[in-house]
Amino acid sequence: MDIITGLTIFVLAIFIGFEIITKVPPTLHTPLMSGSNAISGITLVGALLAGSGFWGNFLGFLAISFAMVNVVGGFLVTHRMLGMFQKKR
Amino acid sequence: MSSVLLLLAEVETAAVKQAVEGLAIVEPIVKEAAVAFPWANLGYLVAAVLFILGIKGMTHPRTAVRGNQLGALGMLLAVVVTLVATKVGYWVLLPGMIAGAAAGVWLAKKVQMTQMPQLVALFNGFGGIASVLVAGAELLKKASTEVGPSAVDTAAAVDPGVAGVATALAGLIGSVTFTGSLIAAGKLQELPQLKKAVSFGGQQLANAVLFAVALVLVVGMHDGSAIEFFPLVLVSLVLGVLLVLPIGGADMPVVIALLNSYSGLAASAAGFIINNNVLIIAGALVGASGLILTQIMCKAMNRPLTNVLFGKMEASGDAADADEVYAGKIKSTSAEEVAMLLDGVQRVVVVPGYGLAVAQAQHAVRDLASLLEDRGVTVEYGIHPVAGRMPGHMNVLLAEADVPYEQLKEMDEINPTFSQCDVAIVIGANDVVNPVANTDPTSPIAGMPILNVYEARTVVVIKRSLSPGFAGIPNPLFAADNCLMFFGDGKQTLVDLISALKEG
Repeated sequence: MDIITGLTIFVLAIFIGFEIITKVPPTLHTPLMSGSNAISGITLVGALLAGSGFWGNFLGFLAISFAMVNVVGGFLVTHRMLGMFQKKR
Repeated sequence: MSSVLLLLAEVETAAVKQAVEGLAIVEPIVKEAAVAFPWANLGYLVAAVLFILGIKGMTHPRTAVRGNQLGALGMLLAVVVTLVATKVGYWVLLPGMIAGAAAGVWLAKKVQMTQMPQLVALFNGFGGIASVLVAGAELLKKASTEVGPSAVDTAAAVDPGVAGVATALAGLIGSVTFTGSLIAAGKLQELPQLKKAVSFGGQQLANAVLFAVALVLVVGMHDGSAIEFFPLVLVSLVLGVLLVLPIGGADMPVVIALLNSYSGLAASAAGFIINNNVLIIAGALVGASGLILTQIMCKAMNRPLTNVLFGKMEASGDAADADEVYAGKIKSTSAEEVAMLLDGVQRVVVVPGYGLAVAQAQHAVRDLASLLEDRGVTVEYGIHPVAGRMPGHMNVLLAEADVPYEQLKEMDEINPTFSQCDVAIVIGANDVVNPVANTDPTSPIAGMPILNVYEARTVVVIKRSLSPGFAGIPNPLFAADNCLMFFGDGKQTLVDLISALKEG
């Protein structure tokens, strides 16, 4: 994949993000933030692919740990918050 | 045609990776990878779509839970695809996954809703440092392949210049996100060491110099050279600390939103390093989300972003003196008096601020509202966009106390209706209801959109003292004819008010 393809994907994704996120009501801004934060933990995929050699594996281990906290904690806490918005009328 | 080339490149990368990992049998792995990788990229595409649908679900409270689950499903898919496609020894990956997941579950279960801003800041920081570590590990991998025989093949997969700049950017953005978020989380947790907004002479200059050094180092990596990475990360870590240290209290929503955006951009940069679309897309989505929230917050304070980040809130020379504004005009009230006031009213608007979170008064507010509703009173909540310490902070607190989200009104929606409001109850808010923003063009909050509570027939302000809010200016609302001050702790005053109402 050349740089232009990568940039194209990046820029188009930014535009999709702007289009959807401007429609999120202020009531949900905190869950949006924690949920999107969990999505930014996608760097976990990079972490899983990263390790090689002792130091590489060591950095990979740290990266996986941090990214997992971000992903698991982020989605769970968002779920907890959103449950509160769903409760009885 | 290009997809065939892409495929070939990926096969080569996979083969090189396996070879480097010291696996003896190369040929069957090449075959395996050739089968696995197109599927892997399809899986990543589905994951990216799930992320987009997930965020789309966030556009309504009814669909938001499903949205979040779709996002989580996307993440699970991306991880499973990666694990299946790479065939890296799981024993290397599992310890980190288990440790991280356990810590994540613990934090998510334990956190109180009032502490949500610091938790989100912390998670932002973890995402940032993970991207830095990925960049570092990839550099090490490259260094080890260059001594091997297949260096040329790897170079064909990712242009070394592109990878170099992406590595540098992931290092820069991720490191700033990490230390910046830690400082922000510490400030929000009100750690004593961070309580004062720290600033020293020449701080702007120091930041500018550090940023310039960082940029030079980034440029230095454009030829794929690696020695700049470690100093770059160090400089960026310091920069993150210095950038956030001087920023205080009410500006925190902007900082958190911005760091949220950065954590996404860092993930995107990591995606460019390893040539992975799902990282680029997910990172870009989060980057856009953070930017939009930053923009909304800045607009709600009528301050440009640069002013929030680098400027100070300075009161103008002729700012009114507190004694002058308040002298002899403050009417202090009691629970009994407010209870009488609330007798026979039709419409009450509650305006919460950060003080509500500090006093943990969300449940008491809900109890008061239920009591009033039982008596046929309409109760609504007027939420200022920057009330609290992160975007939507008040909404989450009130949702925790079972306040239906239909009653939570945005500023633009509630403002025209204050003139038909019998009693406005302001709880722990100050600057966001200060009419000076509309009347005095020299005030530090001039032009900031506010909640026009002064238009209500009577305003009851629940507050511990007359101390100024974040802007450091007196609030003429407190001295207005239609305003009663109900001094005390947010929760205790409400509890007193509820018992007075029940007795009366």
